[in-house]
Amino acid sequence: MTGSATAAPASGTADAVVSLEGVSYAINGRSIFDRLDIGIERGKVTAIMGPSGTGKTTLLRLITGQLRADTGRIQVDGTDVGSLDTDGLYRLRRGMGMLFQNGALLTDLDVYENVAFPLREHTNLPESLIARIVLMKLHAVGLRGAARLMPGELSGGMARRVALARAIVMDPKLLIYDEPFAGLDPIALGVVLRLIRDTNDALGITSIVVSHDVHEISALADRAYLLSGGRVVAAGTPAELNADSSPIVRQFMGGLPDGPVAFQYPAADYSAQLLGAEVPR
Amino acid sequence: MNLAAEVLDNGRALLVKAGGFTLFTLRMLRVTPRALLRPSLIIAQIFNTGALSLVIIMLSGLFVGMVLALQGYDLLQRFGSTESLGTATGLAILKELGPVVTALLFAGRAGTSLTSEIGLMAATDQLAAMEMMAVDPVRRVCAPRFIGGFISMPLLAAIFGMIGIFGAQLVGVTLMGVDAGQFWSQMRGAVGLKDVTEGILKSVVFGFACSAIAVYEGYHAVPTAEGVGRATTRTVVTSSVAVLVIDYMLTAVLL
Repeated sequence: MTGSATAAPASGTADAVVSLEGVSYAINGRSIFDRLDIGIERGKVTAIMGPSGTGKTTLLRLITGQLRADTGRIQVDGTDVGSLDTDGLYRLRRGMGMLFQNGALLTDLDVYENVAFPLREHTNLPESLIARIVLMKLHAVGLRGAARLMPGELSGGMARRVALARAIVMDPKLLIYDEPFAGLDPIALGVVLRLIRDTNDALGITSIVVSHDVHEISALADRAYLLSGGRVVAAGTPAELNADSSPIVRQFMGGLPDGPVAFQYPAADYSAQLLGAEVPR
Repeated sequence: MNLAAEVLDNGRALLVKAGGFTLFTLRMLRVTPRALLRPSLIIAQIFNTGALSLVIIMLSGLFVGMVLALQGYDLLQRFGSTESLGTATGLAILKELGPVVTALLFAGRAGTSLTSEIGLMAATDQLAAMEMMAVDPVRRVCAPRFIGGFISMPLLAAIFGMIGIFGAQLVGVTLMGVDAGQFWSQMRGAVGLKDVTEGILKSVVFGFACSAIAVYEGYHAVPTAEGVGRATTRTVVTSSVAVLVIDYMLTAVLL
């Protein structure tokens, strides 16, 4: 993939909370990332965008240490993630919050207990204090009144807001969102969009948002990376990306059905297949 | 040639799986002391695997005892020794049928629910979310379920045995007319502490095996609807075969 004018690697910037330097990763011999360089600046909302299947979620798993890079270095707050053992990773993750695509709430616990879960696991706080913290976090996402509902009784947007309350209950320095806008109605989408921005600014944390919703990211992110074919093809502010002239950026930002990312999945010759009435093998 | 390669491949896959199962069980045992510090989680699992299996265990126990008495009566009548019915049913239920049938039912009722629950937790990212919250899912999810099942199984086997003997008495004494005094005194005379211990030991071992297999299959299920379904089936098949094989080995050693 050809790099665009704005595809300068931002890793190694003075105040990068997360930095990836020359990270390569392959699954079963299929390369997902090829010498990837990304830097996530402190206090900013950074978006990771890209067509489906470019490994955006894999990237998050690399940053959180759920997967190990084949080569290259991933640093989170100055710590080399690849060098950590399980205990070290767990220590690192206590300073992170992650919001999964569907919320990933524990289905056998109600909303209150879901938000209280990290506190109960990691602290010996008295019940009265836990109650106050949980109610404050639930109030911040507007769901204090839903404290005793079970996850099955929540709408998709509500579940994601509860998951956000749970993600910030330990006051993390870094918040990671995996496809936070997928499948939300416009109202819920607006709520989540505002919450991500407000949470970032009010708590002074750093946010990474993985998404392919161009419109939402343009309104939300301070900086965005566009991934394709295992490389960063463009990086910059959403406005810079919108003004970028390279074909892949144009196709992605404009939502064009065909372009460098082909509409047709690679296949045998069309006419030969039709005339031969060959059943695809 | 091809067949040999396939057999070799399957053998290797089986060995890899057995190794994986052993490592996983050891990992679970290592976190068990910490899991024991949260008794509320374990009690909830004893309720899930034990209390919720009670009806099926009691009903099965009653009918197994009843049919055993029916068959036993028919058999003993041919030798003119129906008064030994108490001994025969008591020994069969306490030493063999109690632990084995309970374990098979346990695998079908509690084992499948453990596997599908953990598998679905993985499929909906709940286990990954726990890892991201720096909580070890093996300690928080797997170990309490394993311990709960391990505790429930011998208790269920004891209840099965008790109800089974009641069922045998119901048919033997009440229906077939065996003398109640002979039925009970023969049983008390012939069934010793060693026989009861053998049954308890078996149910403890079965409880360990069935719970560990169920939790292992759930934790390693492919996180899709199909994967969880397959894992649940494997739980029943593997547990059942394991119970029957272990039963033979234990019986051979203990006799």
